[in-house]
Amino acid sequence: MNTLDVLDEQSLRSDVPDFRAGDTLKVHVRVVEGNRSRSQLFQGVVIRRQGSGVHETFTVRKVSFGVGVERTLPVHSPIIEKIEVAVRGDVRRGKLYYLRKLRGKAAKIKEKRETAR
Amino acid sequence: MDRQIKGVLGTKLGMTQAWDADNRIIPVTVIEAGPCVVTQVRTPEKDGYSAVQLAFGAIDPRKVNQPETGHFAKAGVTPRRYVVEIRTTDAASYEVGQEVTAEAFEAGQKVDAVGTSKGKGTAGVMKRHGFKGLGASHGTHRKHRAPGSIGGCATPGRVFKGVRMAGRMGNERVTTMNLKVFKIDAERNLILVKGAVPGPKGGLVVLRSAVKGGDVK
Repeated sequence: MNTLDVLDEQSLRSDVPDFRAGDTLKVHVRVVEGNRSRSQLFQGVVIRRQGSGVHETFTVRKVSFGVGVERTLPVHSPIIEKIEVAVRGDVRRGKLYYLRKLRGKAAKIKEKRETAR
Repeated sequence: MDRQIKGVLGTKLGMTQAWDADNRIIPVTVIEAGPCVVTQVRTPEKDGYSAVQLAFGAIDPRKVNQPETGHFAKAGVTPRRYVVEIRTTDAASYEVGQEVTAEAFEAGQKVDAVGTSKGKGTAGVMKRHGFKGLGASHGTHRKHRAPGSIGGCATPGRVFKGVRMAGRMGNERVTTMNLKVFKIDAERNLILVKGAVPGPKGGLVVLRSAVKGGDVK
């Protein structure tokens, strides 16, 4: 246990769902325009999750109008209203940077099949 | 000149990050400050200047020498590891034996942090003084990190004093000015300061109210 873990605990969120690279997320991000705020949906594939504790971040990638858009957010950021896991992906890597080179059907990630136990 | 400086001693615990009111990430240094104790009050009548002497840090009393033991006994406190004087004109408002805690400061205030920087040992001119070194290619031979010329030849026939060269780097007193206090945790005696503070984790840090540019409008 590190010295500052107790302090960092205050800024950690408890409502973060379990997700990993390859999953498709719906991230509701709070956007402040002037003095009113609204929620914006960003849906895409998690291509990276790195760091630990308060420093942990994840990157969501989506292709919008043919242009790849990536957004990196701290997992515990207060601007995130809600994270929903839409699809669990079946991938063999922790970092999916190879998706950047792929287009269309090649960039599709298989859905994970729950193993019956 | 009226200069009311507040000060507190502490140890650097390390750095982390926190979110401010606008949900921006702020890098913060966490300092476990105090509780310090006032061991002496310097007055212009007796000492020729006014200051508060603060002591901080646990120490085995057997390790304290006799003169220091006597000094702490006079103040009526147990011996401490570090003793620092803070020059301030309102020293008379302090009492010997009084405790100074992290609450001496408040969030949003500007402070100066004084610490001892990490020792780097013998360092070359590129690391120590930020020289550019010599070219990476174009025939530079075994001189890529060298300083180049250090002066003339027959005139002046010597190297001027103060020419920056390689040598010991770090392990010296460094002051970082005008750091903003992000948050005070009075319960755990923590002060969160925005930005970096000189020194290693566990090193002594003196925090005092900013001496420059505080009230400029």
